[in-house]
Amino acid sequence: MATRPTFRQEISNLVYSPHGEPFSNCIHCGTCSGTCPVAEFMDETPRRLIGMINADMKEEVLACNTYWFCASCYHCTVRCPSNIDITAVMYAVKRYSIWHKTYSDDLVGPVFSETFMKTIARSGRSYEPILATTYLFGFGAKEFFEEVQGATKLMLKGRIPVLPSKIKHLKNFQNMVKRIIFLGEEG
Amino acid sequence: MKKYAYFPGCSLEKMALSYHDSALETTRILGIELEELDDWNCCGATTYFHLDEILANTLVARNLAMAEKQNLDFVAPCSACYKNAYFTNKYMKEDADLAEHINYALEADDLRLSGNLSVHHLIEIFVDEIGLDAIKDKVSIPLNGLRIAPYYGCQIVRPRKNGENIENPQFFEELLTAIGADPVDFAYKTRCCGGSLLLTNRRAALAMIRVLLQNTLDSGAEVIATTCPLCQVNLECYQTQVNEEFGTKYSMPVVYFTQLLGLAIGSPPRKLGFGKELISATPFLSRFLVKEAK
Repeated sequence: MATRPTFRQEISNLVYSPHGEPFSNCIHCGTCSGTCPVAEFMDETPRRLIGMINADMKEEVLACNTYWFCASCYHCTVRCPSNIDITAVMYAVKRYSIWHKTYSDDLVGPVFSETFMKTIARSGRSYEPILATTYLFGFGAKEFFEEVQGATKLMLKGRIPVLPSKIKHLKNFQNMVKRIIFLGEEG
Repeated sequence: MKKYAYFPGCSLEKMALSYHDSALETTRILGIELEELDDWNCCGATTYFHLDEILANTLVARNLAMAEKQNLDFVAPCSACYKNAYFTNKYMKEDADLAEHINYALEADDLRLSGNLSVHHLIEIFVDEIGLDAIKDKVSIPLNGLRIAPYYGCQIVRPRKNGENIENPQFFEELLTAIGADPVDFAYKTRCCGGSLLLTNRRAALAMIRVLLQNTLDSGAEVIATTCPLCQVNLECYQTQVNEEFGTKYSMPVVYFTQLLGLAIGSPPRKLGFGKELISATPFLSRFLVKEAK
């Protein structure tokens, strides 16, 4: 009889196989946590997160901010003595939290990713001003004004696009995307 | 003249126009043709991978397939675009199941990818294809005494591709030495600038930028050279916020390596996108423009 996969197996299934050794091979040396430039801002260090996934601590894993604070710099990945692609594991947990909508509302990361993806599906290219207005709502007033100030300076230097650019074969492009992922009717 | 399919990426359309301009200007002078890929799409940076890995690879594969159709090798000036293109190309070649899946999607745009083209970051075109000796021969204004911090950032060196030196790479220093400059030794040259955390986790990103700025300053650098538009924007455009947050007084110019290279081989600064900086490059630039002013 089929049994439900454990959380560890679900995450493992979300990591593409060429990405290194299985994370169950972790020897808990802590090289990843010592290397990670964002570790001090994370609820749990990368080493602990991997331990928690291996222990099937689903709720605790999903509740922490660790994987959304990963900047994808791959420093942990290249130093891991067990050849675990830790960055790929972080990506896998991000995907799990997006598809299951388990991320907490105060995180900007998931909203930004979804907005970015929708922008691309609509036009084929990214467009900073649209992205900006969306993710800005995740900030406080101070950051909002900082961002506007910064954008104004860039605008004066001709570094902000006035109009979004669009690719020519947009219909084909969207059909291509639809062959991989459900886009809904608006696409 | 060797020709490449050039994938500028979204940042170079506007935010990093000076990178685009200086890349085209310097390669032209050094005998390389960068032909912009027609109808390229966004490579997804790191964000597509947050949603779906196969989709992320498919969007990258579309750009590669268009280059392959023209029988050209692929070059990207942005480290994130480069990393994505490099690995998608590799997976397509090595994983028949993945290739079948992605090619089924590409068919919707009449494209197909075998993964037989080679993928390069723009700096490799200078270091490996043109070569340091050929560059040295073209230098007319050696940037003597200019102390430059060669900031590699992350995705140009990581993940590891083929046994190369990722802990202490040297190619950027060698390129800067070839144009007469004085690359400084700084420990954090491959430490992450924060990437898109600047948008999603401001507090962490500003702290990461501060660490880098302090490290370059302590190493005696007068200017930071970057190989990636995201590194450039993070390090330059957010210095004001870093200063406000930490009470620091950084005023470190951050330019693209192609701008410095162009300067050394005698291109006028306006053709290299100088003048678009938020932190003026004039203090060091003026030292090498005496001839033109006369």
